[in-house]
Amino acid sequence: MANTHHNLIILGGGPAGLTAGLYAARARMDHLLIEKGAEGGQILLTDWIDNYPGFPDGISGFELAEKILAQAKRFDLNSMFANVTSIELSETVKRLELDNGDSLSCDCLIICTGARPRPLGVPGEKELTGKGVSYCATCDAPFYRNMHVAVVGGGNTAIQEAAHLTKFADKVTVIHRRDELRATKILQEKAFANPKIDFIWNTTVTEIIGTDGVEKLQLLNRDQTTSELSVDGIFVLIGVLPNNDMLPLDVLKADEGGFIPTDQETRTVVPGVMAAGDIRSKEVRQVINAAGEGATAVLAAEQYLTNLS
Amino acid sequence: MASDKVKDVSDADFESIISSDTPCLVDFWAPWCGPCKAIGPVVEALADEYDGKVSIVKMNVDDNPATPGKFGIRAIPTLILFKSGEKVDQVTGAVGKAQLIELIEKAL
Repeated sequence: MANTHHNLIILGGGPAGLTAGLYAARARMDHLLIEKGAEGGQILLTDWIDNYPGFPDGISGFELAEKILAQAKRFDLNSMFANVTSIELSETVKRLELDNGDSLSCDCLIICTGARPRPLGVPGEKELTGKGVSYCATCDAPFYRNMHVAVVGGGNTAIQEAAHLTKFADKVTVIHRRDELRATKILQEKAFANPKIDFIWNTTVTEIIGTDGVEKLQLLNRDQTTSELSVDGIFVLIGVLPNNDMLPLDVLKADEGGFIPTDQETRTVVPGVMAAGDIRSKEVRQVINAAGEGATAVLAAEQYLTNLS
Repeated sequence: MASDKVKDVSDADFESIISSDTPCLVDFWAPWCGPCKAIGPVVEALADEYDGKVSIVKMNVDDNPATPGKFGIRAIPTLILFKSGEKVDQVTGAVGKAQLIELIEKAL
């Protein structure tokens, strides 16, 4: 292995990490970006991004990821694919252990590990994942041509992907635990106007039933009445969980949900450690925020490194 | 994620490939699937590590609808492990390397 110590390591290659990589590379910092899968992160799960500035017609998540990566590479982004299993943080040095037994160290670490879709946690979900239970409408919608699918959730992701599913499915039933959607108005208007989408309000899914594939859902209404709904598939889009398995959560004083608190400049409680993007403890999780925080984090890192020397 | 190690298979040559004496891992994917892209480097690395012991191939579900239909695939990436033509086990989603190794070892 080449150089195992860097001034700056960026952990994660979603919009936050890639933007941090772009800034660090362009600032000619001694840096390394580590990604476990493919650059892009969760935006690869998104069919279409309509609210990222600079793309008047919108852009696919896939294409946006490729463009940010290409931009970072233009400034000689230094990146590698690796799986970090644990991290040791001290004021002076930060050490990362990889699953192949190697270890890396840095003076400054930017954590951009992001988040992943949250499962329902009901019987049948695990067994039927990939057999009708899905967390990525963009990936799996084409398997449901002329079928009936359910979408669980009421936020932006759920409602946007419900609309995407109608390009393939005959009928999309949105199941939401409240009596109104949390999704932004324009997405709501589109969904209500779509004849292929119907809604079941005040209801949760308590079980997913099927042998070789999803056959039906057991539902529980807020008034305690139960019912069944026959569907060919169910898309679970109820928010995210943090990717924090490798992080020392006590040291970073993670919040109840396992996200990492920072100050406005993305600095965590550990000097020289920043967190940017969906892993940060915050209200709003948008691509544009993640990118902005990635940039902020590099500027904070530069300042920290300057003070060190 | 083109790799020489991970060969493309089609509906036409699928049966002959999985019924070989060498166990076979098939990565069902499509170009529009982000997580399929995410799992690509891991699958490639495993193809190197298990070279000669397990043949690792991929199938584009857009171009080859028959085989995914036969195995009831409703989500991608799905990776199915075959031994002597029989399905041993499968995983779905952009799982980690450890989980894929666990799957592959079931055929060895």
